[in-house]
Amino acid sequence: MRVDAIQNGIVIDHITAGRGMQLYDLLGLESLGCPVALMMNAVSGKMGRKDIIKIDAEIPVDLDVIGYVDPGATVNFIRDGALVEKRNIEMPKMLTNVIRCKNPRCITSVEQELDHVFRLTDVKNKIYRCIYCETKAK
Amino acid sequence: MRSINDIRDLTVDEINELIRLACDIIDHPEKYSEKCRGKKLATLFFEPSTRTRLSFEAAMYELGGNVLGFSEAQSSSAAKGESVADTARTVGCYADIIAMRHPKEGAPFVASQHAGVPVINAGDGGHNHPTQTLADLLTIYREKGGFENLTVGLCGDLKFGRTVHSLINALARYSNVRFVLISPEELKVPSYVKKDVIQKNGLPYVQTTDLEAAIPELDILYMTRVQRERFFNEEDYLRLKDSYILDPKKLVDAKEDLCIMHPLPRVNEISVAIDKDPRACYFKQVLNGKYMRMALMLKLLELA
Repeated sequence: MRVDAIQNGIVIDHITAGRGMQLYDLLGLESLGCPVALMMNAVSGKMGRKDIIKIDAEIPVDLDVIGYVDPGATVNFIRDGALVEKRNIEMPKMLTNVIRCKNPRCITSVEQELDHVFRLTDVKNKIYRCIYCETKAK
Repeated sequence: MRSINDIRDLTVDEINELIRLACDIIDHPEKYSEKCRGKKLATLFFEPSTRTRLSFEAAMYELGGNVLGFSEAQSSSAAKGESVADTARTVGCYADIIAMRHPKEGAPFVASQHAGVPVINAGDGGHNHPTQTLADLLTIYREKGGFENLTVGLCGDLKFGRTVHSLINALARYSNVRFVLISPEELKVPSYVKKDVIQKNGLPYVQTTDLEAAIPELDILYMTRVQRERFFNEEDYLRLKDSYILDPKKLVDAKEDLCIMHPLPRVNEISVAIDKDPRACYFKQVLNGKYMRMALMLKLLELA
């Protein structure tokens, strides 16, 4: 299966197989007007299987979202058909309005204007907690 | 502007300094009776409380200051839908320091980001209650002379009991503290307290459902109430509310210098027959709470 190379845009590569759809949703890619390809379970020499997202436009992408979903992913910026920048992603220390606190006792459950902010509290186990009520992100 | 949302906002040195200051206030109250003259404390209580609110108010009056505020959400603009942030901004224009209780977790933290004056969390849902912990720590210090080499039993609602979580967080920073966690299965300590605090600090602990069997080894027994307001389901509350009741029979094999504590109010989890026992320390906790709040307000207002 092939997806054509893009001329100007972004390729999110080395996504752990199965996480591509979550990334697609959290990055809000369904609302873009440009061509977007989500390839799942692509064959990878290093990973066995991987997901790939190609965005055929130079848009700002939230690297924190990618770092939260899959810090092993790489982001390639393409211009005029050539790779101009490759970024390895790290887990962000803070996440703002990427995920929502599910604790019904949290202040964010009643105050709609508040940002939903999570802090990375355990790097080893990739645990984020709400800064208001400390509930673990799921 | 320094605020206190969580006992972890204070370092061990700062806690020790607050204890030293509280002890000095106890020994020399006259030195402090005018320290807050001209200062105003706002008590913003969106949830009912007797002890904590009156304790804060008494503390400020004993420091020579004044108090304003409300004692239930219905008598504030929250009833009209005002946000916590706007309430905090407004009250910050009137008062020098704020003590806030709110049923939603994290509300005092939100207030502290907007008030422009120090905010003290006076209890936020089942989350934190740092000044109760300061009262608990002063009580333990005065009864035991310190915090090290203690076996501390925590009994009752360890899941929603915010005082328990705060106390564990505070004691975990002292060395050689051992915890005995006594609760029904449904009300066990949450994993974020057990894993991130007790286990992370390498402290020994046991979990048990048997209060009577645990008592003989304890230096501190911290009883808690199963709180109706923390349950969404009335049936669960009714099933669990009488899980543990401490009576003189259960204390037969207890240490002679056991310190029995309770954040109060109690319902029936400590029999009134125990009130006369010299090991009962829960009303001393109430008094110690006022002194620690005096010390904390003096520090946050940079007056001591």
